[in-house]
Parts: sequence; C-alpha cells; structure tokens
Amino acid sequence: MFSSPDDVAAQLGAVGYLADTATATTVFLAAALERPVLVEGPAGVGKTELAKAVAQASGAELIRLQCYEGLDEARALYEWNYRKQLLRIQASAADAGADGVSWERTHEDIFTEEFLLTRPLLSAIRRDGPTVLLIDEADKTDIEVEALLLEVLSDFQVTIPELGTVAATRRPFVVVTSNATRELSEALKRRCLYLHIGYPTPRRERDIVLARVPGIAAQLAEQLVRTAAALRGLELKKAPSVAESIDWARTLIALGADDLDDAMTARTLGVVLKHVSDHERAVKELGLPALPD
Amino acid sequence: MGLIEHHTTFLAALREAGLAVSVAEGLDAVTAVRAVSLAEREQVRAAYAATVVKREVHRPVFDTIFDAYFPALRGLGEAVRRSDGSSAEPEPVRAVPAPWQVDDPVRLRLREELRDYLASGDERLAASIARDAVSAFGAMAGPVAGQPSWSRLSVLSRLSPQTLLAGLLAQLLGGRPDEEFSGRVVRSMIDARMQRFEHLVDADVRRRIAEQRGPDHVARSARPSIDRVSFGSATAAELAALRREVAPLARRLAARLAVEQRAGRRGQLDFRRTIRGSLSTGGVPLTTVHRPRRPAKADLVILVDVSESVLASARFTLMLVHALREQFSRVRTFAFVDEVDEVTRYFAPGTDVTDAVARLTEQARVTWLLGRSDYGRALHRFEQNYADAVGHRTSLLILGDARSNYGDLALPVLTRLADRAHAAHWLNPERRTAWDTGDSAASRYDAVVPMVECRNLAQLADFVKDLRL
Repeated sequence: MFSSPDDVAAQLGAVGYLADTATATTVFLAAALERPVLVEGPAGVGKTELAKAVAQASGAELIRLQCYEGLDEARALYEWNYRKQLLRIQASAADAGADGVSWERTHEDIFTEEFLLTRPLLSAIRRDGPTVLLIDEADKTDIEVEALLLEVLSDFQVTIPELGTVAATRRPFVVVTSNATRELSEALKRRCLYLHIGYPTPRRERDIVLARVPGIAAQLAEQLVRTAAALRGLELKKAPSVAESIDWARTLIALGADDLDDAMTARTLGVVLKHVSDHERAVKELGLPALPD
Repeated sequence: MGLIEHHTTFLAALREAGLAVSVAEGLDAVTAVRAVSLAEREQVRAAYAATVVKREVHRPVFDTIFDAYFPALRGLGEAVRRSDGSSAEPEPVRAVPAPWQVDDPVRLRLREELRDYLASGDERLAASIARDAVSAFGAMAGPVAGQPSWSRLSVLSRLSPQTLLAGLLAQLLGGRPDEEFSGRVVRSMIDARMQRFEHLVDADVRRRIAEQRGPDHVARSARPSIDRVSFGSATAAELAALRREVAPLARRLAARLAVEQRAGRRGQLDFRRTIRGSLSTGGVPLTTVHRPRRPAKADLVILVDVSESVLASARFTLMLVHALREQFSRVRTFAFVDEVDEVTRYFAPGTDVTDAVARLTEQARVTWLLGRSDYGRALHRFEQNYADAVGHRTSLLILGDARSNYGDLALPVLTRLADRAHAAHWLNPERRTAWDTGDSAASRYDAVVPMVECRNLAQLADFVKDLRL
C-alpha cells in the first residue's frame, strides 16, 4: 500500500490530510504489519478524517461502522432477512404441500447467501478489493461488542453457524477511533497499534487551515491559529479543535474579514466556543471587549 | 551493547517507570522498528510509541526514557547549522563554570538567537540554541573530578529569556499595541514557545547526564506519569495537566456508572412493543422489549477538610465529585477547618469549579479561632447545625488527613452519622505509611468509616470505580 512513512505523508498530503511524523509512521506500520490502528484524541482533531484520507489516497473503499450504545451483533456483523425467508417458506409450502422432503430443501434454501444481510464488519472482510474499515467511536459500545471486535480484528474471520467460517481474502486496513469516554479493554489495545492525535502545533495547524480553506490569507490564518492556541491554554469545557479552527476560518472569509482584531474575535467567538462558561472565561482571562449590542 | 540488549533494557526501563509493556508488545515493537528506517529517529520513536504506549498519559515518561536510550546526537553534536545556512563550530565545553559576565559574547549571541526563535517559532533554531546554551552554560563542577554535572537552572538564569519579553511583544503586535485581547494571545504564544525552549534545554541536559551516567540513571529519575503524580507535590505544569485530566475522568466514570445501571437491571417486559415488533417475523416475538428502569439516585454529602495541608488534594477530589454531579440527585458540600460551613452554593451547575474552590477558600466561614484543623469540633458543629443533611439515602464522603492536632476526635458523633447514612467513605490524601504517625488518628477513624489512601488520579479513579453509592 505504502512504501515508507514519508510516502504515507506524501500520499495523504495529496488528498489534503497533513500528517505529522507519528501519524504517518503509524499508518505505514498498520499497512505493513496488517494490524488495526486505534486512534484516540479529543473530538475534532481528525481521527475520522484520517481513515477517509487513507481510503482516498489508496483508492480503497471506506466501510464505516458507527458505534453506539446498544449496537449488537446483528447490526455490526450480519443478520438473516427474516421477511424474505418467511416469504420463501410460504411460497414453497404452497408449491409442494407440507411434506418432509420439501422442508429439508426449504431449510437448505433459506440459509443461503440470498438471505444474508451483511453488515459493515462482514462486508469489510468479504470484499476482494482494497478496503478501509472505520470503526468509529468504539468507546460508545458495550463490552460484548468489544469482545466481538477482538475476534474479528485478530483473525479477520467470522463464523456463521449456517454457512461456515468466512475468512478475509484480503485484510482490510482497520481504523478504530475512540474519544476515551471509556477505557477500552487491554486485550483490544494489545491487538492494535496505538496513535494519539492531539492538537497540532501552531505551524501545522496553520498549514491545515491554509490547505482546507482556500482563499484565506496567510496572515489571517496565523492570527487565527495563535488565538486558537491561546484559547486551548485556558481551562475550557470544550477546547476548540482543528475542525473549529477551519469553521472559524470559513466564517471570517464569509464575513470578508482580513484581520482578526479584538472586535472581530468578539463577534465570531461563538464559532469556536460552544459553552457560555467558556465564553465568560475567555472574556475574563484574555480581556476580550464586551460585545456591542 | 548489542541492539537486542539495548531494546530489552529500554523496555525494562519503561516497565520500571510504570508502563505495562507485555512480552507480545515488545515483540511487536521489534517488528515495527524493523519496518521503519533506523536512521530516522522520529520514525523509530513513533514505531515504539505505537506498539508499547497504549495510554496518552504515559507518553511524556516514554519520551523522556526514549530520549535517554536513543539520544539525538552524541557529545557536542556536529557543527550546528544556523538558520541562515552558514554553520558554526560548537562551543567547547567549559567544564568549570566560566565567570559570568553580562556582556559575554556567547551569551549575547544566544540571546539574540533566542529572540529570533521566540518571534518566529522555528523549531530547528530552538534545538540548536538549546544545545549551544547547555554547552556554554550548563556545566557545573560535578561530584566526580573532571566530569561536569549539568544543570538547566544555570542555563536559564544566564540566558534570562524573561527579559526579552517586552521588546518582543511590541515587535509582534506591530501597529496596534493597545488591543488587550490580541496582546494576551501573542503573550500566550510566546509563553508556549518559551516553555518549548525550556523543555528542549531539559532534554539536552538529560541527554548529557545519560551519556555520562548511563540512560538508566535518567530513567530512574524521570517524573512519574501524570496519573501517579501526588496531588500534594505536583509542579505548576503538572497541576494544570491534572486539572485537564479531571473532566475526562469524570466523563469516563459517569459513562461507566450509567452503563452499569442499565445493564443487568432490565425493567418490566414491555408487552405491547414486543408484540408489535414481532409482526415482521410472523408473530414470533424474537426480540423482547423492556421498559427502562428508573435509576435510583443517591444523595451525596461531602465533608471536606480545607486546611492548608490537604487543600491541594481536596481541590481535585472536589472537582471530580462535582463533575459527577449528574449521577446524584443532590450533592451537598460542607467545608471545615475547625468550623463547618455549607459551601454547596459555590458549586451551582454551570459555575466553574476552579473559581468555586478559590472563592470557597476565601469566603467560607471555616475557621473559628485557631485555623488549625479540629475534627472533633468540626464534627460536633456539623451534627448540631446540619444533622438533617444525612439520611438513610445519603452517601457520606469525608476528605481529609485525619490530623486533628491532638484534639478531641468526636468518634461517637462520627459513628452516629455513619450509622444513619446509607454508606460512608473516607479519602485520605496521606501515604498509608504516614497514617497514625504524629497527630494522625487515621486508624481510629478508619474503624468507624472505611478509609482509603487517595493521593493521585489513579487512586481516585480506582476509588470511584469501586464505589457503590
């Protein structure tokens, strides 16, 4: 997939994802060693984006499993299409009467490919083409699903009682993301490479903003990134992330601002800070002028 | 030393520093390191980090030890490249501290370069300044004759970067020095760069020590990871990091408590929804639907010792407890030294906990006469004034070191309170080995209310995890 960490950085850069050395190296290792990679970090620093960028850069299809509380095997792996099976049973009963032989045949009929609904995990394993499997927000699932993930991620195979074992012909590139609302199990962590994406350095963030928001002046991007870094230094409930910096840059462009002075910051602070208490703190600690009515 | 041996001693040092590196992860690390180019140090670092560090809080310790075992350069390093492309010879080490002069040309040049770095943020420049500055000013006469010892303090005091600030601010703010907000933003940017520079000096000092005394010496003296740092002895930077850790910790614990409440305690069968759901499977109720059970929330009453000696740890525990507020139907907080005052009002929803603790220590009436903690008097007064706070649904949580200055302990009062409460716990910020020394009445209180040592985030997390409220 990739020939070296530098190659990863170049290819991801070509699709607009600026990876630092740690990210590029870990992605390279994940591809080279065929290991899943667990990506942690605050919301909005580009964990999900990383999976999308890898898919785009390597021409792979992205299959996404969004995790949530109450996610079960049927929604993650596969289930049988009951309705269609029922229809088939009723149809064959009408054809042949209710004798044993036809029941045997019906039974064989209704547990076949035709009635299998594959869900993301199974789809990713069965695909022949290059695949990126994104297991998003794995910390939201219950322990049972995590155990299921363990099995799938270590052997890349799934056993379906009626069909047998389905093993991957081509291992997907797996990205597991987590916001660390819950500590994932040691077993899962052991099977994965670990990557923590934090807030970028101001220099890298400026490059990201310049790359993602066409038409922004370097000077304005610099000011914006500086302000975002200062806000992150405060103790906020929700510190601004890269995603918010990009939103902010777009807002400033839309407003036609070419300079981020105090008044403009005060007007647009709502784009980056989403809590009242955070606003108050920023105003107090950084001496923002009160908003004119 | 062979490569394999180097690898295994490195892993051993990591384990000693508290990282749980399994054998399998060690093998993974070997495979990973072989896949990247050994000449690229940052790639080797990333490869090790991806395979052996599985928690972000361990990352700083890992980096310190990695730097000691895989130094960026040896000795004085190659001729240092300047940002303008020319190269300068490294300064010779002055094993004996040179008499310090304000107009020392090396000092002036380094200060000039430091100014450039603070203005531009050029990382490579910063690294080279740090290296040169440690060479020039870091050496002190060490314990072994002829072998200098290295010190960050002597480097920073001679460069005195703080005195560069004023000029820089004016330069960076350009045409509009009167804007307060922009001014502070620029200032915080310079501060961040300054910190970065100090960090580089630290790293270079450590590298030289590692070269002299072996990497394991540095590994042993590395600060513990943030979840093992004691609340009482944390540095300013660590305090900030600790405060940042409290909110996610609370979120994690709350999420876990909520999940546990749901799991295993399903409510009644919801007959109507089960039958309706079964229509799609031909009337066979394949999945049963249950009504959610209403969570039984407990009251929480916190009694917190805010005398000087325990305030640092009380602050963190309070932050956590209040972040967990939604898990309780009602939280009432009482602070005491030798007088008790209810301080719940400082922690109204939406207020900033850092502020709240600060205001609490300023405004609450917690000292009566002496200002030394008097558990006996505090407990008596609590029972007198707020007896109704503790009922059969209340969990009582006491935070304090149980040092009552040899005064009355009021054990019967505490026994009455603990009996009345649904559950009672005591968190003691002192090391267990210090309990019962001096005026500590730890074990006598422990006999009434179970006491737990709680001096760092890891212990606090463990306590809340096992807590049944």
